[in-house]
Amino acid sequence: MNARAKRRAELLRQMIRIRRFEERCVQLYSATAIRGFMHLYIGEEAVAAGVLQGVGPEDAVVSTYREHGHALARGIPMDAVLAEMYGRTNGCSHGRGGSMHLFDVGRRFYGGNAIVGGGLPVAVGLALATAMRSRPLVTVCLFGDGAVAEGEFHECMNLAALWRLPILFCCENNLYAMGTRIDREHAETDLALRATSYGMPAWAVDGMDVLAVADSVDRAMEAIRAGSGPHFLELRTYRFRAHSMYDPDRYRDKSEIERWTEHDPIPRLAGAMRADGELTDDDLAELEAEVDAEIDEAVATAEAGPLEPVEQLTRFVYSPKVEAR
Amino acid sequence: MTTYREALRAGIRDALSSDERVFLMGEDVGAYGGSFGVSLGLLEEFGPDRIRDTPLSESAFVGAGIGAAIGGMRPIVEIMTVNFSLLALDQILNNAATLLHMSGGQVNVPLVIRMTTGAGRQLAAQHSHSLEGWYAHIPGLRVIAPATLDDARGMLWTALADPDPVLLFEHCSLYNVSGDLAEDAGPVDIEHARIRRPGTDVTLVAYGGTLPTALTAADDLADRKIDAEVVDLRTLRPLDENKVIESVSRTHRLVIIDEGWRSGSLSAEIAARVAEKAFYQLDAPIERVCTAEVPIPYAKHLEDAALPQPDDVTEAVLRTVG
Repeated sequence: MNARAKRRAELLRQMIRIRRFEERCVQLYSATAIRGFMHLYIGEEAVAAGVLQGVGPEDAVVSTYREHGHALARGIPMDAVLAEMYGRTNGCSHGRGGSMHLFDVGRRFYGGNAIVGGGLPVAVGLALATAMRSRPLVTVCLFGDGAVAEGEFHECMNLAALWRLPILFCCENNLYAMGTRIDREHAETDLALRATSYGMPAWAVDGMDVLAVADSVDRAMEAIRAGSGPHFLELRTYRFRAHSMYDPDRYRDKSEIERWTEHDPIPRLAGAMRADGELTDDDLAELEAEVDAEIDEAVATAEAGPLEPVEQLTRFVYSPKVEAR
Repeated sequence: MTTYREALRAGIRDALSSDERVFLMGEDVGAYGGSFGVSLGLLEEFGPDRIRDTPLSESAFVGAGIGAAIGGMRPIVEIMTVNFSLLALDQILNNAATLLHMSGGQVNVPLVIRMTTGAGRQLAAQHSHSLEGWYAHIPGLRVIAPATLDDARGMLWTALADPDPVLLFEHCSLYNVSGDLAEDAGPVDIEHARIRRPGTDVTLVAYGGTLPTALTAADDLADRKIDAEVVDLRTLRPLDENKVIESVSRTHRLVIIDEGWRSGSLSAEIAARVAEKAFYQLDAPIERVCTAEVPIPYAKHLEDAALPQPDDVTEAVLRTVG
């Protein structure tokens, strides 16, 4: 298999993993194994797969509450992600965070922030730390179109550009801030244009085309590593499911969703691969079977995970005592 | 003679000199020298990378301090005053105080945030808040309030060694307070309250800007043959309730002085704990001297009337011993 085919195969695998994982999460939620808020990523897989493929192991990632896909694409084991949603101690946040707060410091995945815009300042700080320590690392910050309306967004664009920090802002524009369509929340809906006003390179990408996302991310990451300061990508995507499991999805037409499913990133890439002779029905069946097995195993691990004893309730509020320096 | 402001600066200089991970960031900390002059001269000494002027973006630079702390640095973030910290409340509460817990113990935030607090300079309602009691409400934070030169000099060092976020409140009336500070003054603990004046008849609990108020009242009371003990809380969260209870168990009377508003305040918390744990030690109802429940007015006589004054403390004490 040549390098291009290998890359496409990996992106396809990643998107299918995320899609099937999310579909299983719906079932598990209905069966009440998962509770709380749960925000599904179905439809947006090209963004997670395309962005995270370009992030190095020591680069940092800051994400939002719709982050199952980001976490999986970052390499957090699926069983640790699912166990977290089960509230078990073998979850990636020890059961304290849940679906919206997935963390893995070893993989430099810093959450899972459920305040819209709230992760951006932290990402700026992570980038500042690497800059001050002269480390050639990039911080990748994912957020949605809703965050662009927050004051924190504009403060952070300005600060990152002012200090020329090594940070890639990835705006997942899925056209809705919860139930409010983009033209009802933004006076200027060209989000990349607004980032440009802060003096940083910014452009829009077809976020349903995983190869386009990956190429743009690679280009931006290379520029940032070379010292050209922050970049902004507006990744134009769409979520096929409701905002959360509580959302009756009254604010958009079914026909609109149907139109967007025609751009589903998974068949789109699979079709291109088939056309180039890089994917057969057998390949796809094998891939689906592998993913199913991984999910089954994750469910088993999550179900078997221990619940934290209530006596430990007040752990993780303060760090364990350390010797004064 | 050293001023409180100079003691703070010496503490910051000390930290910058001894640990290359430490840097200071905030509005006008560099070229201006700090809104209250605390960081004057540090830019020349340590350079713009480590004495970092920020835009007026409280949420961004406080959050950046959180991120930098997670990323291996030891930032000191200066918020010009507590009033402006409200613009960064999301970062302080939802990130600094919460990340360790949400991440199941993975992400600790070794960050120190300094800010000025308090009233008394005719700056009117928006520049005169005392909201440290709000922050003391939040699990995950440590809240400290240096009231003496030794604490101004030594608390920062210990705060920077803390693996978790520490909020350090400097009352605006203290910056010009001067006195003798030992050459070898160094780190102090940030766990315990201290008795600043021993006494036997009544316990006065104060902190930060109300410590001088309590001490002045104690002098006045001494003239009236009432021997007041003054406890300086120093750390507002976690509260050293043992020290307060120990004192009350000797004096059997308690007056709490707090520049916060009375309702839902730190003074209410202290009163509740003493009532819960030392009720039978009390020979009189607990008294509180707090700020009047009004936004701080501009007019001098009204501002004075709104804030806890030594005479108010004296009167409260006279009610408890009467």
